Amino acid sequence: MSDIVLEGVSKRFADHAASDQIDLVIPDGKFTVLVGPSGCGKTTLLRLIAGLEDVDEGRLLIDGVDMAHTAPVARGLAMVFQSYALYPHMSVRANLGFALMVKRTPKAEIARRVEHVAKMLDLEKLLDRKPAALSGGQRQRVAIGRALVREPKAFLFDEPLSNLDASLRTQMRFEIRRLQQELGITAVYVTHDQGEAMTMADNIVVLRAGRIEQVGAPLEIYRRPVNRFVAGFIGSPQMNFLGGPHAGRYDAATIGIRPEHLTVAADGALPCVVRTIEHLGSEALIHAETGDGSKLIARVSENLQVAVGQNIAFNVDPGCVHRFGADGNVIPEQKSDI
Amino acid sequence: MSISTVPTGSGRSYLRLQARILMAPAILLLVVCAILPLLPTIYYSLIDYRLLASTSHDFVGAANYGRLITDPGFLPAIGNTLMLNGLVLTISILVGLGMAMLIDRVIVGRGLLRLLVISPFFVMPPVAALIWKNLLMQPVAGLFAWVSSVFGAGAVDWFSTLPLVSISLIVAWQWVPFACLVLLTSLQSFDREQREAAELDGASSWAIFRYLTLPHLARPIAIVVMIETIFLLSLFAEIYVTTGGGRTTNNLAFLIYSQVMLQYDIGVASAAGVVAVIFANILALVMVRLVGRSLEA
Amino acid sequence: MQRTRLSSVARRTLTWVLALAIAAPLLWALLASFKSELEAIASPPSFLVFDWTLENYRSVLESGDYLHSLRNSLIIAGGSSLLVMALAVPAAWAMAFAPTRHTRGILLWMLSTKMLPAVGVLIPIFLFYRDWGLLDTQAGVVLLLTAGNLPIAVWMLYANFNEVPGEILEAARMDGASIVQEVVRVLAPMALPGLASSFFLIFTLAWNESFWSLNMTTTDAAPLTAFVAAFSNPEGLFWAKLSAASMLSIAPVLVIGWLCQRQLVRGLTFGAVK
Repeated sequence: MSDIVLEGVSKRFADHAASDQIDLVIPDGKFTVLVGPSGCGKTTLLRLIAGLEDVDEGRLLIDGVDMAHTAPVARGLAMVFQSYALYPHMSVRANLGFALMVKRTPKAEIARRVEHVAKMLDLEKLLDRKPAALSGGQRQRVAIGRALVREPKAFLFDEPLSNLDASLRTQMRFEIRRLQQELGITAVYVTHDQGEAMTMADNIVVLRAGRIEQVGAPLEIYRRPVNRFVAGFIGSPQMNFLGGPHAGRYDAATIGIRPEHLTVAADGALPCVVRTIEHLGSEALIHAETGDGSKLIARVSENLQVAVGQNIAFNVDPGCVHRFGADGNVIPEQKSDI
Repeated sequence: MSISTVPTGSGRSYLRLQARILMAPAILLLVVCAILPLLPTIYYSLIDYRLLASTSHDFVGAANYGRLITDPGFLPAIGNTLMLNGLVLTISILVGLGMAMLIDRVIVGRGLLRLLVISPFFVMPPVAALIWKNLLMQPVAGLFAWVSSVFGAGAVDWFSTLPLVSISLIVAWQWVPFACLVLLTSLQSFDREQREAAELDGASSWAIFRYLTLPHLARPIAIVVMIETIFLLSLFAEIYVTTGGGRTTNNLAFLIYSQVMLQYDIGVASAAGVVAVIFANILALVMVRLVGRSLEA
Repeated sequence: MQRTRLSSVARRTLTWVLALAIAAPLLWALLASFKSELEAIASPPSFLVFDWTLENYRSVLESGDYLHSLRNSLIIAGGSSLLVMALAVPAAWAMAFAPTRHTRGILLWMLSTKMLPAVGVLIPIFLFYRDWGLLDTQAGVVLLLTAGNLPIAVWMLYANFNEVPGEILEAARMDGASIVQEVVRVLAPMALPGLASSFFLIFTLAWNESFWSLNMTTTDAAPLTAFVAAFSNPEGLFWAKLSAASMLSIAPVLVIGWLCQRQLVRGLTFGAVK
């Protein structure tokens, strides 16, 4: 299969840089997720890799060959679009086989590959239907199937699950991940949902304003974010940020504490007042406010007896404080050896 | 009136040249047939050019325009053009709106209703004019005469007493389907939930119409006004076939036609042509502004 | 605020009465076409009970004029419509799928040529046609109608092409389709209804066009508009015959219009009204 390597890739639109000097390695056979807030350039990056947008600067190496200015089809990549983009006037079978038909693949071969993919994705009964007669989830599978049939070097996914309802989304996450692992094909997946990124990725790329903020495995990014933005973007509920005297105590401009790292203690270091409690059943989220107005969210057990308006105090689990300097970057932990 | 947002380029810059080639023939034809002839028109309006008299094609400056404006038929023609425009717009939009709102509430037989209402649009103008003038409006044997006699009223001699109104009726009849369909389509995209929320809030039907429906319809009405105005300025056949022109029913287009075809005075006719073009642009702009502003108030 | 059954019945009745009133002139002429001339001018008029006759239709069809004009109408409307499509489809395709910063300007410019009253260019065109023998020729009229309907067609098709979701064409690109394959296998089938309704609307507008077709023809190229217009100076009783001639002249586009009304509305409003 293939590595995809981007070197210094940039793309400008009229008034801003959608991608700014991107250097990125997308490892072979792994599931890489591009994640970030709206407008961060993740979809642009995907489209640059696909060849649907032209690169302004930089090199795009697929299997070691610079394809920055090659037509999409020659790159050997397949894309699953957000709106599925199925051909409405063709049956599912014709949709799946279109790319092969365009290449003048012999009919028998087309039929074989289409049947194979249909079986893999449980589409066999739907082969003669038109897209309008399919449900959202079915259309999604046809879109994936269309990409699969081409036996591409890599899969590109553009937020394919955002048009599905919540339960279907969770189910499809597993399906896509399972498929990718079984086939071992390189996958690049774009989403704005950090939860999706965490559960699906081998490798997460966090983007903001056209630049890469951090690249790493999910747990790595979760535990060791390199700056305030990544720390706040990954993790739900969001990391707690405290400034002022709280941060000063740790020699930082801002400190970050994940909600699960706050423990209720009678003599805790952070005294607060309980403002709201969210009961999730499996756990509770306490929204509290410190004396100087800073807000905190803590994850606690449902067994804890707390009431709104009550005074409460938290301790931070040792070693779980993220320290950030004034520039937003994390202050590396000082080792004890001097 | 909106154009869908033109998308930015997307990886197909090599198509730019082909795009230009593809557009060229259409643009060329329009330039040759629509723009190019304007030049001679302006030129002729400035010279002495009469087909019957063997004149010397001298440059006479604004003399033609002078003769045009002082021609006793000129101001009436302008007035008639405006009247026609106003009458046709008013009738066709009012009737069209009423019809659209009625059809909007009907569920059964909507297809047949549409069929009935749409028919006048596809009738060619000479046919429409002759049917109305003879079978309907003729004061002795026409259908309207019979209908008014049933109600005990006398027959109206349409073309003798109200020629311009008669023509306006005929033209408005042909445009009612267009106005009705445009407004009906727009009504059907009108969010029902908005209407229901207003009803729950206790708004009367009239209030809902005035504050919710009408603003929603402002844009389609403006479109109807603009499109009808564009076509109305060249109104010709209905006048030609019913009254053959004349002081009371000449519009600008017919005035020009009669100057050219009947009096062979190219110079003056060209001047009128230039005036017509300027007039058309002003009229269209004014109409849209007027309608747009008053409805959104 | 419940609507009473009575007011709802009243409203429905009003709707149908009004709709019939709008169609009435046409229906009345249709009836008249089957009457004898004396019957047609009878007062009080007869509605359904009279001696139905096909005499009027026979007389119109047998007159050489009608068939001659019919042929002209078909050639002129058909010819100009095909020409319009041949010019408009590539132009609209280019504007929709390979737009430049000038695209919007060009579209607006095209529309503005439609705003030009035909009389503004009547004189030079008339003189030019006279000097070059184009008066009273089918080709001459075809050219003018083509120019007249071209902006409408371009707008309709442009709006149509724009509605094709861009992602589907991108999917075709990713699947490896060349431009030709993309247009033929993906775009055309999706745009076909729009193409058809554009063609029919243009055909209808050309068929009914009554400015150039009356002014630029006398006998050889006179289409049905001129044929009917001749009835404005008739001799003797003519209502029944006029009605039959009218029905025969408007039948084709009336039928087409009935069949395609929804698309035609969208087309004529340039897709601006959804």
